[in-house]
Amino acid sequence: MPTRPLSPHLSVYRMSRYTLATSILNRFTGVALSVGLLLLTYWLMALAAGAASYARALALLSGGAAKLVYAALIVSFCYHLAAGIRHLVWDTGRGLERAQARRSTWLLVVATVAMTLAIGYFAWLAGGRTP
Amino acid sequence: MSLQTPLGRVLGLGAAKEGVQHWWVQRLTSVALVPLSIWFVVSLLALPSLDHATVAAWLRQSWSALLLILLVLTASWHSQLGVRVVVEDYVHDTGLRTVLLALLTFAHVLLAAAAVLAVLRVALGGALL
Repeated sequence: MPTRPLSPHLSVYRMSRYTLATSILNRFTGVALSVGLLLLTYWLMALAAGAASYARALALLSGGAAKLVYAALIVSFCYHLAAGIRHLVWDTGRGLERAQARRSTWLLVVATVAMTLAIGYFAWLAGGRTP
Repeated sequence: MSLQTPLGRVLGLGAAKEGVQHWWVQRLTSVALVPLSIWFVVSLLALPSLDHATVAAWLRQSWSALLLILLVLTASWHSQLGVRVVVEDYVHDTGLRTVLLALLTFAHVLLAAAAVLAVLRVALGGALL
């Protein structure tokens, strides 16, 4: 690392600002979904290998700890989807004013909670079939 | 004073015009992933159970395998682009960063190929593979 001062000067930002929080959360949930992609591939490979290995994989993929992982993945998916759409809107040059961005932050939170609750309801409460 | 890099001056080519490639593909894949990922989640939730017979039968339906292959390919590409930026931002050692980026790219290609092969094996039901 060079000794001259380098941007970004992290200490000058107020880390509690919603702009920073929503941005880093989008990155964090994206990385979580990359791990989810690994799980999806494992699930598909087990499915292709036949009923016996699928049953073994499903035993590995169920249980209390696995439920926590699925819950985290569902939240991550909902957040990353909503925040991603927000980014696509920003890319058109709209919604960049401070008041608009603050409003869309609330919209992002509400959309994430609503989608998470909906998916969670259908996954665990309506049928109760998910591992 | 010229703003060109020494290499650019020597080659006389200027910019490679690929500066927005990463940004643009990240957007293209994200636009594609909106309907694909929603379709996948809704389809999984609509399945009556997640046992082998049910999921395999779902994958043999005409559109499921095609859309799932598109989802896996697009998601892997999008994930590779995203994880790449995370490594570029936080790993400062040039050697380690280069090795990590190469490994992560290989891992994503491997993941995508493995998932596509798995979908094809189920969808074609051993007829061809």
